[in-house]
Amino acid sequence: MTEHFKMDAPATDRRLDDMAQGLVGAPLDRPEGPLKVSGTATYADEWQVDGLAHGVLVRAPGNSGRVVLANRNAVARMDGVLAVIDDDRLLRNPAQGTANEAPIQGPHHAAYMGQLIAVVVAESFEQARHAAQSLEVTLEGGTLMPVDPTTAAVEPQESKNLDQGDLDAAMETAAHSVDAIYTTPSHSSTPMEPHASIATWEGDDLTLRGSYQMLKYNRNELADALGIHPDRVRILSPYVGGGFGSKLGLAPEAVAASIAAKQVGRPVSVALQRPQVFEATMRRSETSQRVRLAADAEGRLTGLGHDALVSNLPGETFAEPILQASHFLYAGANRRMSMDLARVHRLCAGSVRAPGEAVGVTALENAMDELAHEIGIDPVELRRRNIPEKDPESGKDYSSRRFREALDSGAEAFGWADRPGVKERREGEWLIGYGMASAARVNVLMESQARVTLLPDGRARVETDMTDIGTGTYAILGQIAGEMLGLPRDAVDVVLGDTALPPASGSGGSWGASSSGTSVYVACQAIRRQLAERLGGEEADLTLKDGSATFDNQTRPLAEILDGDEIVKLAHLQPGDTSDAVRQATFGAYFAEVAVHAASGETRVRRMHGSFAAGRILNAKTARSQCLGGMTFGIGMALTEELAFDPRDGHVANHNLAEYHIAVNADVPQLTVELLEERDDWANPMQAKGIGELGICGAAAAITNAIFNATGVRVRDYPATLDKVIAGM
Amino acid sequence: MRPFDYARAATSEDAARQAAEGATFIAGGTNLLDLMKLEVMAPSALVDINRLDLNQIEEADDGGLRIGALVTNSDLANDTRVRKHWPVLSRALLAGASGQLRNKATTGGNLLQRTRCLYFYDRATACNKRDPGSGCAARDGFNRILAVLGTSEHCIATHPSDMAVAMRALGAEVETLKQDGSTRRIPLGDLYLLPGDRPDRETVLEQGELIAAVTLPAPVEGRQIYRKVRDRASYAFALVSVAGIVAVSEGRITRANLAFGGLAPKPWRNAEVEDLLTGEASSDALFGKAADLLLAEAQGFGANDFKIPLARRTLVSVLRELSQEASA
Repeated sequence: MTEHFKMDAPATDRRLDDMAQGLVGAPLDRPEGPLKVSGTATYADEWQVDGLAHGVLVRAPGNSGRVVLANRNAVARMDGVLAVIDDDRLLRNPAQGTANEAPIQGPHHAAYMGQLIAVVVAESFEQARHAAQSLEVTLEGGTLMPVDPTTAAVEPQESKNLDQGDLDAAMETAAHSVDAIYTTPSHSSTPMEPHASIATWEGDDLTLRGSYQMLKYNRNELADALGIHPDRVRILSPYVGGGFGSKLGLAPEAVAASIAAKQVGRPVSVALQRPQVFEATMRRSETSQRVRLAADAEGRLTGLGHDALVSNLPGETFAEPILQASHFLYAGANRRMSMDLARVHRLCAGSVRAPGEAVGVTALENAMDELAHEIGIDPVELRRRNIPEKDPESGKDYSSRRFREALDSGAEAFGWADRPGVKERREGEWLIGYGMASAARVNVLMESQARVTLLPDGRARVETDMTDIGTGTYAILGQIAGEMLGLPRDAVDVVLGDTALPPASGSGGSWGASSSGTSVYVACQAIRRQLAERLGGEEADLTLKDGSATFDNQTRPLAEILDGDEIVKLAHLQPGDTSDAVRQATFGAYFAEVAVHAASGETRVRRMHGSFAAGRILNAKTARSQCLGGMTFGIGMALTEELAFDPRDGHVANHNLAEYHIAVNADVPQLTVELLEERDDWANPMQAKGIGELGICGAAAAITNAIFNATGVRVRDYPATLDKVIAGM
Repeated sequence: MRPFDYARAATSEDAARQAAEGATFIAGGTNLLDLMKLEVMAPSALVDINRLDLNQIEEADDGGLRIGALVTNSDLANDTRVRKHWPVLSRALLAGASGQLRNKATTGGNLLQRTRCLYFYDRATACNKRDPGSGCAARDGFNRILAVLGTSEHCIATHPSDMAVAMRALGAEVETLKQDGSTRRIPLGDLYLLPGDRPDRETVLEQGELIAAVTLPAPVEGRQIYRKVRDRASYAFALVSVAGIVAVSEGRITRANLAFGGLAPKPWRNAEVEDLLTGEASSDALFGKAADLLLAEAQGFGANDFKIPLARRTLVSVLRELSQEASA
C-alpha cells in the first residue's frame, strides 16, 4: 500500500528534531566516495558488456542546409565499420529538464554548427572514431543563419513581464539611481564525466546505461524519441560524474546508442567527445540585462527594473529565467520586468547550474553595489535597508528567511568592517579590494516516490530511481532513513539510479534532497507507525535508536520485534498548497577579497566567504561542499568562463577544457562557508530547503564588486578578464 | 586517429633515418597525440625516440649547459644548476602546462609543439597551417589568444611555449642530428620560420633532422624574470609573457635580454629594443620608448587588440622590477 503525502499545510511538528539516532545534519562522508576515488564506481561508459560495439557521433559543419553524407558508402566499408546511421529519430538537441517527451528530432537539416547528425558504429572505438572523422559532411542550400542575439529576431516573453506602479516616475524622482546594462556570456556545464550511454536490447526491451539526472523523465523522453512504450525502457544511472543541468534531459548520445544497438543487433556504446559536450549538450544562454534601481536619500528602494535578453534555438521554448529572484529579493514599490528571447543558431540553451539566479542575481547585485557607492553607504547596509517585509509583488509572507542574519554574520566572519575605500589599498603591484553580494534562489518541492524496507535482521533498504550526481544523495537518504528508523548509517542500504525503482524527483533545481528525502521520511514514518502498532502503542511514543525500539520503558532489538517479517512502505510525495501560499526561497551573502595586478589587470581572488540559510541542513558536509562548488563556479563566472562563439557561424570556438577556462585549483583560494540554523515548516516535513545551487546565485558579483573596490573599474561585461580591467585603468 | 606504423628507434641516427623516410618523431606526445586523435596530424608512421640516450643535462666546457632533447620539462625546471644560474628558464617551465604534462613533455618536443590556434584544431574550419591554401578562419574569428607581431595575411598563430621564450632570452642554440651523423647548431631564433605564405612550414629543420640537445651559453650578469600574463592562474597559455634578463651598473642598463611569448608565431626577440635600453639610465620614459619600438609594427585582429596595450604595460612593469632589483 502506498503512503500518500501532499504538502498542503506547514509541518510544525519538527519530528526530525525528536529523533534519537543523531544522523540528520551530521557531516557524514558519502558512502560511495571510496568507490569513486578508487575508480571502482562504474560510470555509464565503463560497463563491461559482451559484444559491445562503439558509436561515434558526427557533427554538422555549419548552421543550416540539408545534410549530405557524401561518402557514406565508402565509410561504411572501412575497417571494422558496422553501420553509418542518420536515422530520422536522432535528436536535434537535448531535451530540456522535465520535458518528459522527445525534443525536436531529425538529423537531415542543420540548425547549429556542431549538431550531431550521424553516428558511425564500428567494432572498436578507434575504428569508429576514425570512420566518423572520415565521413564527409556537406550542407546543401545552407546560408549563414543569425548567431548574434543582439541583432537576431526577438520574441518578447510577455507572460514573464511585470509592470507594477510607475518605474519611470520613480527613476525620475529618485534621490539616487542606477541604470546600467550587464552582460554575461554563455556557459557550459561540461561535467567531468562526458555524456555517455550503452544501449542493450533484449527483444523489444531496451536497457540504457546512461548518465542522467532525472530518470523518470529521461525514460519517457527516450521512449518517445524511439517511438516505443516507456515500459520497454529501463535506464540505469547509479553514478553520475557531474551534471550541472546538462544531464537533466535526454541527450543525443542515448538515442544514437539505442538506434544503433537495434540496427546492428549488438550493445552499442556512444560517448560524447569533449568538444561535442561543449557543442551539442546545453549552454546557459548569454544574457544582456538592464537593471534600474531608484532609491530615496536613505537608500530605500522606490523602484526596481530588470529587463533581460536571452536566446535559444528556433523551436525551443526555454528562456533563461533571469528574473526569478528579482521578484522577491528586494523592496521597491514601482517595479518593471521583462524578458525577450532572441532566436539564434547557436547550440541549444537550457539549464546550467541555477538557471536564472546564477546570472540574474549577479547583475542585480552589481547594480546594488553601484547604488551603494552612489549613495555613499556600506553595501551591506543598503541590502539591510531593502529587505521587504512581505513579497513585494504578491504580498505573501516568506516561508523562512534568514537573509539579514546571513548578511550580518557573513560580514562579521569575513571582517567586512576592514573594507578599504575605492582604490585605497595597494600591496606592491597588487591593488586590493573587498566586495560582497547577496545570494537568493527559489525553493521548489517536486513529486517523488521511494520505497523503504525494514528487513527482518533490522537493517533497512531505501530504493528509488533518484540519482546522485555527486551531491550526496546516497549519504543523505541513508541518514534520513537511519534517523527515522533508529539505525546506524551503515545499516541502511541506499539503491538509486534505476527506473525499475519508484520514480523520484530527480536531481535538479536544488530540489532533489528535500523532495526525495521527504518521500523517504514519509515511508519511514509509516514504518514507525507499523512498529508502534506491533508494540500496541503510538508512533509518537516510540524511540528508535541503534537498531532497538524503546517503548513503554522497554527496549527490544528491531529484529526481535519484526520476528522474521519485513516492513515495506512505498511513499508518494506530492507538492501541495504550501508551494503557493508563501514565498519560498533560500538566502545568503558572499564576501570576497581580490588582488588586481596594476600592470596586467589580472585578478586573483584571495579569499571568499559565504553565509547561507537553506532550512534544515541534512548533511553539513555535503551541503558545505555544494556551497564551495557554487562559489568556485562563481569565481569562474566572474573571471574566466565564457563560451566563445565564432562570430560568423556561431560554433563554439573554445570547445575544450584548455581554452574554456573554468577555475583551476590555483584560482581558488581558501573558501569558507557558514550554514545558518533554520527550519522551514512550509517547505516539507523535514523543514529543509534546497542548497545545491545557492552557492552560485550572485557569487560572481561579490568578486566584480571587489574589483571595483580595488581599482575603481566597473566591469559590466562578464567575465572580468584582464583586458576589460586594464581598459578602465 | 588514422592507423599508423610504430617503431622504436635504436639510435639517434636510426631515428633520423626513419624520420627521413617519412616517420614522425614521438617523445612525450603531449601535443602530437591530441593532434592525431583529431586527425589534424595523421602521420603514417611514428618513430619513438623515448629510449634514446638524450636525457642528460651536462655542463659544457664554456660554462654553459647542454640539455638533452628528452629531458622532461619537470626535470629541467627542477635542476639545481638551472634554478641557480638560469632561473628564468626554470620559472618559464613552471609557468607552463600542468604538473602532469611537465612530467611527460620533453625539451625537444616543447620546442616543436604546434600552435594552440583554435581553428588549427578544428578540421571543419579553414586553416592555412593545417590545409595550405584553405584560408585563415582565425583572422576574422575568435582570435583572442593569437598573434600581433610577425603575422601574415595567411596566418596569425602564436607559438605557445613558455620554455622557448626563456631559452630565446638566454641565447640558446639547438643541436641537431641527421641520419648521416652530421650535426648542426641553430640559434633558437633561427629555428622558427615566420608564416609568410607558407604557415605550414614552421621550422628550418629538414625532414629527418632530430633535435638532440639545446645548449645554453654560460650564465650572464643580471636579474632574471619570467612574467606570464594569462587568463587564469594556471593551465592557460600566455596572452603575453616576457623573459627578461637585465643588468644594471652605476644606474645604467648594461644588458637587456628580452624575449616575448604570446605575441608572435615564434618566441620574439627584438635586438633594436635591447640596443635602445643598453647604456641608458632606467626610467619609465625609457621603458615606454622600448615598448613603442617593440610594438611599432604590431597589428591586432579584433579580439586580440588588447594584447598591444597589455604587452606595453607588462614590459614596462617587468623592466621596472628588473632594474629596481638589479640596482638594489
